[in-house]
Amino acid sequence: MVPDATADGAVIELDDVRKIYRMGTEDVPALAGVSVRFRRGSFWAIMGPSGSGKSTMLNLLGCLDRPTSGTYRLHGEDVGRLSDDALSELRLRRLGFIFQSFNLIPQLTVRENIELPLYYLGWEAPAAAERARELADRVGLGNRLAHRPTELSGGQQQRVAIARALANDPDILMADEPTGNLDSATGDQIMELLRELNGQGKTIVMVTHEPDIAAHASHRLHMRDGRVEQVEGEGS
Amino acid sequence: MIAGARLVREVKLGVKTLLLHKLRSFLTMLGVVFGVASVVAMLAVGEGASQEALEQIRKLGSNNVLISSMKPPDDQIGGTGRVRMIVYGLAYDDERRIRDTMPAVARVVPAKIVRKEGRLGERVLDLRVVGTTPEWFELVPRPVLAGRVLTGLDRERGASAAVLTEYGARRLLATANTIGQVLRLGTQYFEVVGIVQSEGGQGSSVQTPDQEVDAYIPINVARDRFGDIATKISAGSREREMVELHQLIVEAKTLADVEPLAAGLERMLERFHPKKDTRISVPLALLRQAEATKRTFNIVLGSIAGISLLVGGIGIMNIMLASVTERTREIGVRRAIGAKRRQIVAQFLIETLVLSSAGGLLGVAVGLAIPRAITYAAGMPTVVTAWSVALAFGISAGVGIVFGLYPAVRASRLDPIEALRHA
Repeated sequence: MVPDATADGAVIELDDVRKIYRMGTEDVPALAGVSVRFRRGSFWAIMGPSGSGKSTMLNLLGCLDRPTSGTYRLHGEDVGRLSDDALSELRLRRLGFIFQSFNLIPQLTVRENIELPLYYLGWEAPAAAERARELADRVGLGNRLAHRPTELSGGQQQRVAIARALANDPDILMADEPTGNLDSATGDQIMELLRELNGQGKTIVMVTHEPDIAAHASHRLHMRDGRVEQVEGEGS
Repeated sequence: MIAGARLVREVKLGVKTLLLHKLRSFLTMLGVVFGVASVVAMLAVGEGASQEALEQIRKLGSNNVLISSMKPPDDQIGGTGRVRMIVYGLAYDDERRIRDTMPAVARVVPAKIVRKEGRLGERVLDLRVVGTTPEWFELVPRPVLAGRVLTGLDRERGASAAVLTEYGARRLLATANTIGQVLRLGTQYFEVVGIVQSEGGQGSSVQTPDQEVDAYIPINVARDRFGDIATKISAGSREREMVELHQLIVEAKTLADVEPLAAGLERMLERFHPKKDTRISVPLALLRQAEATKRTFNIVLGSIAGISLLVGGIGIMNIMLASVTERTREIGVRRAIGAKRRQIVAQFLIETLVLSSAGGLLGVAVGLAIPRAITYAAGMPTVVTAWSVALAFGISAGVGIVFGLYPAVRASRLDPIEALRHA
């Protein structure tokens, strides 16, 4: 069902992508011509110092933004040409997001947080509740469904966030410093979970500045000044 | 079905979010509460006033014009000395003239007031008796409690028939068993043939024809037996009054004829009664008066309602804008997950609607209490109608939409990236 436009199995293709922000009268290039291809099932860590353009890169890849020039194809579809609604639809059906600060909605319970994508997908409540229970079990929080996010530890909150990101069964997970707010032991557990998901076929794109964390990925993309500085990893 | 379930969920979420800040939500609602309460109260007072007017008009007959005889001011009265004779008021000629010359007239009913000492059984009292025609009972219909009313036969025969009013019956201690008994009026004897219900009475702002009348007798009998001259003895001097008719009820053919007819009668009376010894009252004019009262209330309470709703709406908008800022990150998350702009608009709009509708419900509750308080404290009649409650509640929902739209649209326009970065 998933159309793969490219023969070599690339789900993400960037071709000379530039992103330029206007600061007053000055044009600041956040991405200055990036061309990369991510294969289905790969696990990428995007690294680089602050201001290197790694966040801009993740926003673009996550279809939260459109390139100023160049083309970004996700499953062969030119993201730059899509409307705001079409981008929302794409995020809803294909992508899952994991954030540094978890970003759970405080007035909702764990179950309701996990159900959120299903709600926008128009699932019926009983089916959504069933799926939320399964996902909570999968991240080891089956007994916390009725809790509020504030009643959970950081590691538990990030697990809920991962369950939420998985609710729509996305092909690609976007993770923005997923261990940044966690101690190293908890961070390792989260990375273990991400690797497990990668092993189950999810493509993962993760931004991090910690080499230890990046070491969990199969590929590492080093950025500096809006350009790709170096690519590490097998088969790329 | 999915849309319905979604709506329920959005409403639940809205309630939940608002309950997180109970005091804030409550204070925000207050403007709408007062506004809606004012609307309900305003409409209740207005409705009460017009129903009261309609009720009075029903008693007096909406097609009727009432002309009463009035004692003219003293300087208009001729004659001096110990025995004075004052002649004033409506004459039999007036009745005939109206009947013959005014085409818009359907019926003219005269009334002649006779004050005599009356006696029924053991009771002796000063009575106020009205001589009139059988049409009186058709013009101002009222239930017959016992026996019958006056008939054309009574008039033709000059029968000594008397119909007691409920008021008179109470004073004379008459009951249904009294029918057929003899009522003495002055030196004349009458047979009690019926008792009719009294209309109007205390508390009413207009004088209804029945007020403080004890009995009715045929007018020709009244004239034959008692004449047109009444004698009053006061402070050693005798004052004689000659009044042919005390009241004329003129019925117009249609409702549209009433006001032109009243104007015509006014002109006629000016010509034939330069002493200003008559007075015209038009029951229909009461409706105008009620409408004026209603309008005054509507302006006062409408202004309060308008200002409250405006201020309330601005308050709601202000809180919702603050809420959007507070929840910027939530909006960013929802957008990242895949919520479309219109879904964000719907979420915040529903939340605002929940807030303003809750205010509306509270306002309706307060608004139901205010008219009771007004009736209790000021004695004004009030009527709360279902549609006024529906209207007021609808206004509160409207306020929610109008003042919620801008914050909701603003929330939906947030750039997801910026929103996620928001502290």
